[in-house]
Amino acid sequence: MTFLGLNERDTRFLLIVVALTMFTPFLLQPFAENSGLAQFNAGYPDLMQRFAIYGIFAIGFNILFGLTGYLSFGHAAFLGVGSYSAVWMFKLLSMNIIPAIILAVIVSGLFALLIGFISLRRTGIYFSILTLAFAQMSFNLAYSVLTPITNGETGLQLTLSDPRILDPESITNSLPSTSLFGLEMNDSAQWEVFGRVFTFSVGYYVCAVIAIIAFYISLRIFRSPFGLMLRAIKTNKTRMAYTGLNTRPYALAAFVISGMYAGLAGGLLASMDPLAGAERMQWTASGEVVLMTILGGAGTLMGPVLGAGFIKYFENIFSKINDNVLHGWFAFMPDGLEDALITLIHPFVGKGWHLTLGMLFMLVVIFLPGGLVELGQRIAGLFRRRKAEDRSDDGSKATTPAE
Amino acid sequence: MSKSNFTRRGVLKTSAVAGAGLAMPTFFTSMANAYTNEPSGDTVTLGFNVPQSGPYADEGADELRAYQLAVKHLNGEGDGGMLNTFSSKELQGNGILGKKVAFVTGDTQTKSDAARASAKSMIEKDGAIMITGGSSSGVAIAVQGLCQEAGVIFMAGLTHSNDTTGKDKKANGFRHFFNAYMSGAALAPVLEKMYGSDRKAYHLTADYTWGWTQEESIKAATEALGWETVNAVKTPLAATDFSSYIAPVLNSGADVLVLNHYGGNMVNSLTNAVQFGLRDKQVNGKNFEIVVPLYSRLMAQGAGENVKGIFGSTNWHWSLTDEGSKTFTQSFGKEYGRPPSQAAQTCYVQTLLYADAATRAGTFNPCGIAEALEGFEFDGLGNGPTLYRADDHQCFKDVLVVRGKENPESEFDLLEVVEVTPAAQVTYPPDHPMFAGGALGDCNPGA
Amino acid sequence: MDAILLQVLNGLDKGSAYALIALGLTLIFGTLGVVNFAHGALFMIGAFCAVTFQKLLTLSYITIDETRTDFLGNPLEVKSPYVEGWFGPETGGAIIDWAVPLAILFSIPVMVAFGFVMERGLIKHFYKRPHADQILVTFGLAIVLQEIVKYFFGANPIPTPAPDAFRGSLDFGVLLGFDPNAIIYPYWRLIYFLFASFIIGAVFAFLQFTTFGMVVRAGMADRETVGLLGINIDKRFTLMFGLAAAVAGLAGVMYAPINSPNYHMGMDFLVLSFVVVVVGGMGSLPGAVAAGFLLGILESFASMNEIKSILPGIDQIIIYLVAIVILLTRPRGLLGRKGVMEE
Repeated sequence: MTFLGLNERDTRFLLIVVALTMFTPFLLQPFAENSGLAQFNAGYPDLMQRFAIYGIFAIGFNILFGLTGYLSFGHAAFLGVGSYSAVWMFKLLSMNIIPAIILAVIVSGLFALLIGFISLRRTGIYFSILTLAFAQMSFNLAYSVLTPITNGETGLQLTLSDPRILDPESITNSLPSTSLFGLEMNDSAQWEVFGRVFTFSVGYYVCAVIAIIAFYISLRIFRSPFGLMLRAIKTNKTRMAYTGLNTRPYALAAFVISGMYAGLAGGLLASMDPLAGAERMQWTASGEVVLMTILGGAGTLMGPVLGAGFIKYFENIFSKINDNVLHGWFAFMPDGLEDALITLIHPFVGKGWHLTLGMLFMLVVIFLPGGLVELGQRIAGLFRRRKAEDRSDDGSKATTPAE
Repeated sequence: MSKSNFTRRGVLKTSAVAGAGLAMPTFFTSMANAYTNEPSGDTVTLGFNVPQSGPYADEGADELRAYQLAVKHLNGEGDGGMLNTFSSKELQGNGILGKKVAFVTGDTQTKSDAARASAKSMIEKDGAIMITGGSSSGVAIAVQGLCQEAGVIFMAGLTHSNDTTGKDKKANGFRHFFNAYMSGAALAPVLEKMYGSDRKAYHLTADYTWGWTQEESIKAATEALGWETVNAVKTPLAATDFSSYIAPVLNSGADVLVLNHYGGNMVNSLTNAVQFGLRDKQVNGKNFEIVVPLYSRLMAQGAGENVKGIFGSTNWHWSLTDEGSKTFTQSFGKEYGRPPSQAAQTCYVQTLLYADAATRAGTFNPCGIAEALEGFEFDGLGNGPTLYRADDHQCFKDVLVVRGKENPESEFDLLEVVEVTPAAQVTYPPDHPMFAGGALGDCNPGA
Repeated sequence: MDAILLQVLNGLDKGSAYALIALGLTLIFGTLGVVNFAHGALFMIGAFCAVTFQKLLTLSYITIDETRTDFLGNPLEVKSPYVEGWFGPETGGAIIDWAVPLAILFSIPVMVAFGFVMERGLIKHFYKRPHADQILVTFGLAIVLQEIVKYFFGANPIPTPAPDAFRGSLDFGVLLGFDPNAIIYPYWRLIYFLFASFIIGAVFAFLQFTTFGMVVRAGMADRETVGLLGINIDKRFTLMFGLAAAVAGLAGVMYAPINSPNYHMGMDFLVLSFVVVVVGGMGSLPGAVAAGFLLGILESFASMNEIKSILPGIDQIIIYLVAIVILLTRPRGLLGRKGVMEE
């Protein structure tokens, strides 16, 4: 079965991704509402949207880093620029997310073209520092001097006095919500069954559809001659140059594409929650997408998405586990044991969520050099081997890397 | 649990679209609530959104202590704290409207993005009906905007910018903490008394919105006394070393340095200024002085010896001797072995005020609560008689002028109250130019 | 004129901190080829050596003063340091006063040991791994280290004052014939500058004039050949890591009185120190030092009112702007070698 120009394996892969994305509201809500483990449920609209959006961001980053090996340390700038463009669209034009997202992608693409054109004159760490410098300049200026455009520390928000020239009926005494031709992003429907509450949010499904398209495009890029060229840049730039090929236009194209992905993510973030803050452009945010990609597995298709989900999950779920929750979990234990256990766990949850994340970074990179994708491959390999043993095959068939 | 985020308009539209062909399965429940997160069980959930990582983590930890204490007192555990001194006697220690108070916590990271994500998860996942906390104005304004959109009440924590109840005020947001204008208005007379009316001031200002409103306020207040402003220099937020900003001060002809900084910025700039020996110098025949308009005990702790003798203002201090403050300090001190900070006090009071308003309104509907809070006058919560003004949802109460103590008796005993400036002196009209440009809008119950 | 001189002085001082951190970072880059994102954390741990040492010196016993009360109305507990009890208030007080300079002695073994453990336990396994993996693992380590410090010391800055003798500032202007107060410079910052110069000089002398240094320099240039000569370069690299950690730590100890240490000060310096190293040129120690001082001085100039009034916000971005200009005009920074971290 082939589909949309993909071969059979890739089609299957894409269909799996589509299925996973569509069933996310179920998959992330495995625990019953009144059980102690409900704390670990992540199936609420905001986090699901973030999974999809940061997945897009990381997929885009991976097109640059995973294929060409250029490590940009300033990609958050494009995300930030995308967010600002989108919010300005909401303020000036209309609450419809389409023009906002389009403008976000265009503006960030142009910004990436400018920065990429300059930064790609250097390679290796010199390139990384150039991109970092541009992003930090954008952040610092957005926080201070550019406040008339960015609203500085507070972040750009909607106000009651915005013009919104395309939908004047939205100007009332309360703030309108973002929408897609009348379908409001913060709408959701809920389904209660088996003691679980599943939330189907309009915003999430909009993000999910866009994420699938983004994933499909990245899949096509990975499989295309263009993708092959980018990989060649990573493997040996000098040899490419000797063959008379100028690699820079290819690298620049990859840079701009990944910048547009970042802008798309930024525009979507603003569409789900119309606020654009300067911290989105800080180096820590750029570092975060680098970490997501490496953590998940750089150069693989699925890895960056896993990495993005992993980090966002810890940030949003682990930071909310406080002592009160711990007491709730261990209430069945004898007092002394309960207190001892809580003292033991306490530093790793709630305000200590950074500690857990840092340790997991180290563990993953030490034991899984290929990132989380390698974990998946190993588990899959384990099953395959067992199956192979059951059939008493010799099992010497090489496993294909599951990208 | 009901956590639907429908707006009525949205429901109508969605059902129209669904009817038009999206063919939504029929088992979807569209729970018709009167307002967002209407509590249906026997508990009501409050969301405490405080910085738990980043530079303000200690302040956030103190806020969280205060919230937990407030929840205890509301649920009738512990000694009842300021429930006993509060002028409104509606709260009985049986939760709010008979429902037991539960809470969830989150980490704002002192970033508006993260703070909003955290608040959203409280509203969407945990069914929080009120969000409170925070330790900076950027976060407060961002979360206040979110709560307005989501249809829950926001009870601001520590936020000092004029904008929170000025150009960014929202119908669903309420602030108990004082603001930059009040700091200026309270400090100026004391500064005149101590340093005279013929002074030349040099301002260093953190280059972001709070810093600007702080500078504007203190400049206006001191210039009204006759002080001259020699220069006002913006310093980058990320700056850690202020030497290059402080070095030129002495040669500028100024004899007072005003540090419009907060948190880590303030600790560093003050430490640097003292290091340069500014306070040992004589300029224009007067002793060189330093002023820090917004003080907190945690900052004073960070700056150590350097705060001695330096004037500033604060919202509340544990050494106050009114009944409310004494009771609260006792109650908090017994629980945690330390006196509460000003951030803790404002957070505790905000929780009580919310609970009281819900009880008086007889509902958790944000619009009912807002109505109950607007124009509410109360006493016994540590700040003297206080008014929650209806026009901008700002509390008007006495402001403390404090000075770094020369001989502290303990690690908590760093500030001494020099003057309690009466509320009347720091009150301004709602249309004051420093607060112009925004509107409360309509209260949003979310459904 | 005096304003310019003043900012040069300030810049030298800022620059010394940048130069010291960048020096250690380059040692690790150059010798081990490892991108160490935990280097800022080493600086932070150095500063917390000073804090810890101060806390140790001020360990106190408690006496009850019945005449005064604490915030709960109980009799006040008065804390008096053991050191003052043992040596008398005068000598004891002086020892506590000198906590930061004394902490240098305390920090050197701590930091060297820390460096050894870190290299043998973790970094060693990453020599052959891609730089991306090195970034991830050292960044993870940096987070873990700072969270541990936060757990024990809290998030608030902790005041660690310089000895009383060094409070206040020197009136440089008067020495040079300017008006009084025109150019003042705090004594402690002067000491910081001298100290940094001394450390930088010592590191260079060590690498230049000792056999050990010679081998290490040879190893930086061509690791394999040195290995083929039968020299155990690995052991020397471990020592170099310890040295780099000690340099970062000392920079931190001496920095503690300038700004009260807090747990995330390392992250604040991390990005800047990478910019400094790269502007100086990868693998070049003199480049790192020169870039440190250059960026420090330019940063100070950019904060002058005269310049800020023409270009508002320039002090926010000057370092990055200079980095971009230098990297575009000089492909390998100021003094970088060809082929180091360019792929």
